[in-house]
Amino acid sequence: MSNDDLQARNARTLKKLLIWAVAMFGFAFAMVPFYNVICDITGLNGKTSNTAATQSPETVVEDRVVTVEFITQNGAGVNGSFYAKTHRVRVHPGEITLVNFYASNPKDHDIITQSIPSITPGQAARYLHKTQCFCFDQQTLTAGEMKEMPMIFYLDPELPKHITTLTLSYTMFDVTERVTGTDNKSDTVVR
Amino acid sequence: MSTVAAAHDDHDHHHAPTGLKRWLFSTNHKDIGTLYLWFSFAMFLAGGFMAMIIRAELIEPGMQFVDPEFFNQMTTVHGLTMVFGAVMPGFVGLANWLIPLMIGAPDMALPRMNNWSFWILPFAFTILLSSVLLSAFGHGNPSAPNFGWTFYAPLSTKYGPASTDLFILSVHMMGISSIMGAINVIVTVFNLRAPGMTLMKMPLFVWTWLITAFLLIAVMPVLAGAVTMMLTDRHFGTSFFDAAGGGDPVLFQHVFWFFGHPEVYIMILPAFGIVSAIIPTFARKQLFGYASMVYATASIALLSFVVWAHHMFTVGMPLAGTLFFMYMTMLISVPTGVKVFNWVATMWRGSMTFELPMKWAITFVILFTCGGLSGLMLAITPVDFQYHDTYFVVAHFHYVLVSGAVFTMFAAAYYWLPKWSGMMPNKVLGELHFWNSLISVNLLFFPMHFVGLAGMPRRYADYALQFADYNFWISIGGFWFGLSQLFFLAVCLQCALKKGEKAEAKPWDGAEGLEWEVPSPAPFHTFDTPPVVK
Repeated sequence: MSNDDLQARNARTLKKLLIWAVAMFGFAFAMVPFYNVICDITGLNGKTSNTAATQSPETVVEDRVVTVEFITQNGAGVNGSFYAKTHRVRVHPGEITLVNFYASNPKDHDIITQSIPSITPGQAARYLHKTQCFCFDQQTLTAGEMKEMPMIFYLDPELPKHITTLTLSYTMFDVTERVTGTDNKSDTVVR
Repeated sequence: MSTVAAAHDDHDHHHAPTGLKRWLFSTNHKDIGTLYLWFSFAMFLAGGFMAMIIRAELIEPGMQFVDPEFFNQMTTVHGLTMVFGAVMPGFVGLANWLIPLMIGAPDMALPRMNNWSFWILPFAFTILLSSVLLSAFGHGNPSAPNFGWTFYAPLSTKYGPASTDLFILSVHMMGISSIMGAINVIVTVFNLRAPGMTLMKMPLFVWTWLITAFLLIAVMPVLAGAVTMMLTDRHFGTSFFDAAGGGDPVLFQHVFWFFGHPEVYIMILPAFGIVSAIIPTFARKQLFGYASMVYATASIALLSFVVWAHHMFTVGMPLAGTLFFMYMTMLISVPTGVKVFNWVATMWRGSMTFELPMKWAITFVILFTCGGLSGLMLAITPVDFQYHDTYFVVAHFHYVLVSGAVFTMFAAAYYWLPKWSGMMPNKVLGELHFWNSLISVNLLFFPMHFVGLAGMPRRYADYALQFADYNFWISIGGFWFGLSQLFFLAVCLQCALKKGEKAEAKPWDGAEGLEWEVPSPAPFHTFDTPPVVK
């Protein structure tokens, strides 16, 4: 084989392999939406839906009681108190329930907060429907304010039988910098 | 190829360039291989020095020498230096030296890229290690990367020190270097084999490296993607891993381990190839089950893409997910077992002699199998909940990486040093190196199983009193193992300075392969006209 032939062949192989390497770099980023889809389907990361449920439940399963617990945490930059009025409710699947959450801002300036929900077991994430939640939007807490934030939810009657207790956790983050630093659309949640 | 061809044309007055230029501008696979090997050894000593600091701090409970913050930086940079600086470049160096010789090629297919892929590395590690020097001696207490070599978000994003950006840049550079090295191996193996050298006649070292190269091209870009996401999360307002902005820190672990698990096979498959070359030589028998070795290597590589989540059983996964990853992980033990049995069967009824390379190779088979077995224990999901992030894990991966990958590199060095340098490695120093390393490596890593099972967590600068006795002996083993490597440095220096006994073209009488058909030391240019393989 002549030298030119070999060089052309080397260049061809090199090109193919480079394309592959670039494609795998893209694949790393493709894993992000892929992961989100998998999480939506399986509840892998326990994230509940980001949008309000529009349908109301058809039936209430009177003979089944599920415990829903609420826990709250302050994320980075938040130092006020943040808690649910009740820590535990016992509900029938299909029953619409309201729980009030409270958050305070002891700082001398306003902060914009975003609460991120997470549910355990993650499998239950698809079966918890919220018709209203303070976590859907960013909440502005004015200086010294104590704010009441309602959350209305119901459990899907299809909730798998073995799940008897759900824990819904909210972490509240201060996103003031993120919001004012970029744009002011207060209802944008970057996904 | 043009450079190689040009070098041939003015053969007489341009035989071997001298001085610094020879190394800086080298496109010769042997010189670049030598550079890689010395670089790898230097990084091995640097990473080892950090390990000594870790073991000094842990020699007794309480705080001794360094503060916990610096301890975390040591565990982090030790891991990064060993993985990306010692083991990976070490194997690339061996590939550079050996693959062209083994397949009868005059050089690597893309010699200029070869030069580039090496010379990126010293810069990458200068950047990474400068953060450690700044941390140790700089004003204002700057911190080196301190989040563990796995750099989980948000530790490395939101809470990472400023030097995280140095780390990100250096990982990008290491990635580019590895990808180019891998591309070079594949192009060489595909296009430059001597006539008659069919794929299924290639030595196993070439086969395992070919498969490793494909793994590298598949996963190093994913690592680059992960650190790019970190970079944009840190500075450009994205939230891939930031929960506050709707991202998910657990996603980081998925992306990282999608790279990370194939990465561990990248660090062990070439070792399999080395052992498959050495054991037949000193057992004076053909390798048992050549074809099954090739298929086993390929299946290990394929399976490595579907086991990553076994590193993260404790993040909370659906039962079906944990079962899938548990069974897939256990399945890997089948092709690995095939390999171990093949090596044992090769030795079975062979006329075995125990020269230095063979000693290291047999040690590899035994100790790597130990590491493999603790890996099987870790694969069992419920058990992993107890073992997760304990010293049991540390014991496991050091058994497979130190007495696995690193020991085979020693085996390879003792086996091929005669070819590289034309000198036989000093037997007395070599024996001292081997026996001291063998005993100390077990003193160092075996008790880690016990303290791990008893619950000692990894990555802490202090521990409960109950672990004190074991940790004392682990540290003694650590210093002993570290000092033993100076024997190896002496062996290498003697060979490099041409002191000692001269080697014949084929110093091992059972050895087979094209590399033994060229004189020792291998001349600057070999196989200008390709050999014919029957």
